[in-house]
Amino acid sequence: MVNTGFSIGDLDFRNPVLTASGTFGYGTEFEDFLDISSLGGIILKGTTLEPREGNPYPRMAETPSGMLNSVGLQNKGIDYFENFIYPVVSLFDTNVIVNINGSYVEDYVALAARIDKLKKIPAIELNISCPNVKMGGMAFGTDLASAREVTRAVRAVTAKKLIVKLSPNVTSIVDFARVAEEEGADAVSLINTLLGMAVDIRNMKPSLSTITGGLSGPAIKPVALRMVWQVARAVNIPVIGIGGIMTADDAVEFLLAGASAVEVGTASFIDPSVSVQIVKGIEDYLSAKGFSDISEIRGHINRNI
Amino acid sequence: MTKRIEDLIVTDNKRLNKEYFTLELTSSGPLPEVKPGQFAQIRIEGSQSTFLRRPFSIHDYDPSENKIRLLVQIVGKGTETLSRLKNGDRLNMIFPLGNSFSLPLDGQKPLLAGGGCGIAPLLFLARYLSGRGFAPEILLGFRNKERILEYDDYLNFGKVFITTEDGSEGQKGFLTDHPVLSSGDHDIVYCCGPEPMMKALACFCRDHDIECEVSLEHLMGCGIGACLCCVVDTVNGNLCTCTDGPVFNVNDLKW
Repeated sequence: MVNTGFSIGDLDFRNPVLTASGTFGYGTEFEDFLDISSLGGIILKGTTLEPREGNPYPRMAETPSGMLNSVGLQNKGIDYFENFIYPVVSLFDTNVIVNINGSYVEDYVALAARIDKLKKIPAIELNISCPNVKMGGMAFGTDLASAREVTRAVRAVTAKKLIVKLSPNVTSIVDFARVAEEEGADAVSLINTLLGMAVDIRNMKPSLSTITGGLSGPAIKPVALRMVWQVARAVNIPVIGIGGIMTADDAVEFLLAGASAVEVGTASFIDPSVSVQIVKGIEDYLSAKGFSDISEIRGHINRNI
Repeated sequence: MTKRIEDLIVTDNKRLNKEYFTLELTSSGPLPEVKPGQFAQIRIEGSQSTFLRRPFSIHDYDPSENKIRLLVQIVGKGTETLSRLKNGDRLNMIFPLGNSFSLPLDGQKPLLAGGGCGIAPLLFLARYLSGRGFAPEILLGFRNKERILEYDDYLNFGKVFITTEDGSEGQKGFLTDHPVLSSGDHDIVYCCGPEPMMKALACFCRDHDIECEVSLEHLMGCGIGACLCCVVDTVNGNLCTCTDGPVFNVNDLKW
């Protein structure tokens, strides 16, 4: 029997596999395909203060080994969330984490204060890295002073575990991770999507209505892995690795590079049950290698560097 | 209706013409209940350019034999790969997905109108309706005689009318020009095809106070309502084609 659990402060996760925000809906969409309680946690679709319709169609383009999206944080807002979604997701027997987004610091603060009152939500993922909204989102995640301000402000209003989700669209992601840690974040998650674009040569137009969008999938995995490795060496809080994880082997790469856990994203679109297969695959890897606890492999590659 | 992921076995791959083929897929056990209008997300492996699944309408469904059929047009690498599948090959699919066409009310006369590849969901719908005591009339539009698909199969379930753009078979012109449409004989039209065709038909139905449901084809990520990529702009805001559709009443669309 191997232990694959990990913790963020005093919050325990039964295993290191979470589902990335925006790729797992509110969990209910996946119940035909897996047992949600067998996951370490789920991170819900990005939530904003007001309802958002998102960007116009087309908001997705398939690219080599990946996809671009510009959904634009479509969601029904925090009121609807509290009234209709929270009662459902609070029944899940796993860590249910809300991903929050805003255009102004005040939006994030107001949202965090509302989530703080929801007993069954143990953690907030602060999304300062969405590339698909005109105001806010990535604007916070690509400017150090803004990232500091929003993290500090949110930290002040919530006792929930605070995970700051970082943007890869910066020169030095390590600087942003350090700022998050300094301002009291309990963990960082990275990477959000890489800003990209595609052109439809048949119609001679951009493939996305917004022209640019966020790239995800295996295409970004090497970039994500490099950033996770850099960040994990630079901070003392847990690092959650995200980016193109399709298999348990991919997840293990992130763990060996220093991640405490992973978020599975785009892979769930292709196989909605893949996250539980990754849980199992990580256990199998540890057993096969003769380890009894996942912490034994965390950052293992650094030992010989 | 429980959705599932399953490897189905290819039991027939029938070439209809240069562009189209049908795939018969058989499950090793009982199939879940599938309704006309629903679709499957097919995984096509072996190429970095077919990263995401591809949605296909359920063309026909035979639960007694655990069989499903898909009608496929070769348009790119993914469908080209599918066209080479042989009996015994496995195909991974997630199904049944999406909503379905609504049944006509007792006594209502349905017309099924499909253009090109859009005829795909209508064969199963025709079978379903005729099995429930309705006498559907079926109007199918193609570019020319060579492209007419499965005429005889549709004949099993109702009267079939054909239009071709060049007049090489049936009525010349677009499907929306066919006199059966203006006969005033129908209470509800079920439609699938190219968007301009569906829009024209929707317009006609609205003007003549005929109910109209269309099956939309949008680019999809997941097919289960998680990614929110396939949205359609409706009177109720952006809705997912995969879970709120693919079938929409035209009154709900901003057409």
